[in-house]
Amino acid sequence: MLQFLFRRLIVALLVAATVMTLAFILTRLSGDLAISIAGPNATAADIEAVRKAYGLDRPVLSQFFDWVGRAATGDLGNSYFFQTRVSTLIAERMPVTLTLGLTGLSIALLVSLPMGILAAVRENTSFDRAVQMVALIGQAMPSFWLGLLLMILFGLTLGWLPISGTGSWEHFVMPGIVLAFSAIPALTRLTRAGMIQAMGSDYIRTARAKGLSRASILLKHALRNAAIPVVAIAAVQLGFMLGGSIVIEQVFALHGVGFLAWESIAKNDFPVVQAVVLVLAVIYVALTMVSDLMNAVLDPRLRA
Amino acid sequence: MSVVTVNAGPRRGWRSAGTWVGAFIVGIALICAIFAPLIVPHDPFAQDLDRRLLVPFWMEGHNPEFILGTDQLGRDYLSRLIWGCRISMLIGITVTIVSGLIGITIGVLGGFFGGRIDDAVLFAITTRLSIPVVLVALAVVGLLGTSMTLLVLTLGLLLWDRFAVVARSTSMQVRNLDFVAAAWCAGCSRFRVLSREVLPNIASHLVVVATLEIALAILLEATLSFLGLGVPPPLPSWGLMIAEAKDYMFFSPWVIVIPGVALFVLVLGINLLGDGLRDAFGTRSRS
Amino acid sequence: MSALLEIERLEVGFGAATSAVRGASLTVERGETHCLVGESGCGKSVTALAIMNLLARGGHRTAQRLDFQGDDLLKLDDRGMARLRGNAMAMIFQEPMTSLNPAYTIGSQMTEVMRRHKKVSQRIATDRAADLLGQVGITAPGLRLGQFPHQLSGGLRQRVMIAMALMCEPQLLIADEPTTALDVTVQAQILRLLAQLQRDLGLGLLLITHDLGIVARIAHRVSVMYAGEVVESAATAQLFADPKHPYTQGLLRCVPVPGKQRQDEPLGSIPGTVPRIGPGFEGCGFRDRCTFADATCAHTVPHQTAAPGHDYLCRLAP
Repeated sequence: MLQFLFRRLIVALLVAATVMTLAFILTRLSGDLAISIAGPNATAADIEAVRKAYGLDRPVLSQFFDWVGRAATGDLGNSYFFQTRVSTLIAERMPVTLTLGLTGLSIALLVSLPMGILAAVRENTSFDRAVQMVALIGQAMPSFWLGLLLMILFGLTLGWLPISGTGSWEHFVMPGIVLAFSAIPALTRLTRAGMIQAMGSDYIRTARAKGLSRASILLKHALRNAAIPVVAIAAVQLGFMLGGSIVIEQVFALHGVGFLAWESIAKNDFPVVQAVVLVLAVIYVALTMVSDLMNAVLDPRLRA
Repeated sequence: MSVVTVNAGPRRGWRSAGTWVGAFIVGIALICAIFAPLIVPHDPFAQDLDRRLLVPFWMEGHNPEFILGTDQLGRDYLSRLIWGCRISMLIGITVTIVSGLIGITIGVLGGFFGGRIDDAVLFAITTRLSIPVVLVALAVVGLLGTSMTLLVLTLGLLLWDRFAVVARSTSMQVRNLDFVAAAWCAGCSRFRVLSREVLPNIASHLVVVATLEIALAILLEATLSFLGLGVPPPLPSWGLMIAEAKDYMFFSPWVIVIPGVALFVLVLGINLLGDGLRDAFGTRSRS
Repeated sequence: MSALLEIERLEVGFGAATSAVRGASLTVERGETHCLVGESGCGKSVTALAIMNLLARGGHRTAQRLDFQGDDLLKLDDRGMARLRGNAMAMIFQEPMTSLNPAYTIGSQMTEVMRRHKKVSQRIATDRAADLLGQVGITAPGLRLGQFPHQLSGGLRQRVMIAMALMCEPQLLIADEPTTALDVTVQAQILRLLAQLQRDLGLGLLLITHDLGIVARIAHRVSVMYAGEVVESAATAQLFADPKHPYTQGLLRCVPVPGKQRQDEPLGSIPGTVPRIGPGFEGCGFRDRCTFADATCAHTVPHQTAAPGHDYLCRLAP
């Protein structure tokens, strides 16, 4: 078990290293960074000054290793635009993104688990078909469009919720719902399939033969087994949500990490873009490890 | 358990209504895409500031010449919608071709040869999955400028993971089947075994993945265009239309509803068709 | 004193297509081991499930009589049945490897039955569980209680299943092919255990099996099932000594007896295969394979009594 975790850690580090490299290459794609930073009205002298100031006159490889070395210690460079450390910027914005992600995941689980369980219990009834339709709709729904629609409906027409900013918990309701929509199809399907399989298993027959209550059979015996892959996938879904938050944050003007990345792309603030890609990738990898850990914790058969 | 009569199983594959609805939607989309220049009632790019924001036919004061109204620059909405369908389908299909080629190659290599190659393939897939796709696509387009070719290449290079995963797992299964061993024993070269025995058997799974990936590519392109870093204006991508209409959405909500519905319906239709194909091919078990 | 379990003309079907059981009748007395024997597909497992009302989705049962300790089981809804299951009547199944929940410990799965029905504390339930594990021959019961099913072998798991079934002191224990999935040596152990428990606790034991050897070893009474019907029912010794139904006779001929079987003789067999029975099937299900069949066999088949307690379903005179 420990050996398994250790191997996953190695893979995680390798992935992080690869993503670091890719992120670095990404920002060097447009050729001469100095020109982009200096702006359209810069003279040749200005560009040279920028090049020296930002260390862009050194060979590319040494720039790369410099970046890798510093990133490993947590120093993600300085933002061109904000004149502050990138790590500070990201740390400031991270709580918003995390809140958004966790809200979205919570809503998704609150909706998917009961729907999936009920759909499994009423397999092949019209309720089941309705649930599958909901999953299909969620899969096809463009998130940014849903966000705008919710804004019109709840923000404008009904006036229940604020449409932008991060003042209070109400600001996270609509964005959370939109994020949840992206995860609900997969989680619902997984829950449903897992419950159907669990309910048809021999140990459930034993549970029924023991005269246990329906609630106990469903929730204590079946769900306990069916939930294992769902929990694992939920962790990974959180990773996707955090990675994809850029759209929602832009639509709802939430100043999280995604919004920061968006602004930085617009301003050609390369260190920030580079760093955000790396940070999001590392978080995703960490969440997949959490997912594996949850599998091991919940399934006694994996612990030996 | 109390006396319960068993419900008839769900109608699957070609007998499911959903599949036919999906096929119908995709059919219409293809017609719009292919014949767009012939069927658009007006020039989608022609601006006319005298005719800005005309209302669609279900509202009062509509202009019968412009069934779905006009946008903020006076361009006919219906025409832009149809042209947008063309763009969506074009991008969806080309991106899927690129990502398919990459993903299937990688996946089959890993699944068929196993060992170190497979380890490398798994590593590549894991790395790809940890990359925030929208962010990286935005960054690339933001840095290098908007163009159709760049967009297709970028999305194609980012969306191959599901192809790879499915190609890998199915070719792993097929590799172990007897007829592959038989071809091997008969002296067929590895390439022949791959193309004659393995590929045809995983093809049905890959077709299903392809349809779902087209839908995903269309959604992604719309998202990127919505953020201004997708299809270059004045091309009428539906995502771009929604973005342009955002400023007016509180006063004239139909301007974002119409392209959004079109996008939603198209993606839904493709997904329905893909699910139906999956059931029709009997490829229920995915990785 | 009424019998422990009385079944008269039980019929079980799934949907409109199949009739798994077409009229089974049997009686299990207190303190008696009654074996229900038949080949695969004859409906014996379905009968057991129907008694407990544990049929799969789509299954429905009817019977002229289905009484347990004098009470009509047919009148009980699922809640009422649940009060009996695991309590006064318990069941163990064929596949010990998959019949226990992999996510919970042995102890928790055993104690939950008793806590459910008897409303006792965890302490009392745990003590009883440990005691029962000892009775079924499991050493170090305290250790086992904290273990998970995957940590036990098949034989051990089946012993756990038996112990779990006995937690609430049932009157009737239904065992559906409890040894079929086990190694031969373990089979013998489990059977000995069941026989001993039956004697010590005065259980009524309904044992489903396809193995005549098991029947000979531990059954007091036997019911032979074929194609959804009980075709013969007798005390064990009587059935083996004087079988009346052609199917039973054929079955007994199939069992090779060391010493009696000549080396150049082919093993006995019954020609033909089990028919597919749909609703509306009339007459004897064995007639296509029976050497004594005649035209009347395609219609109603009479119930006959060869001796007190020895009934069979055939037109042949005793």
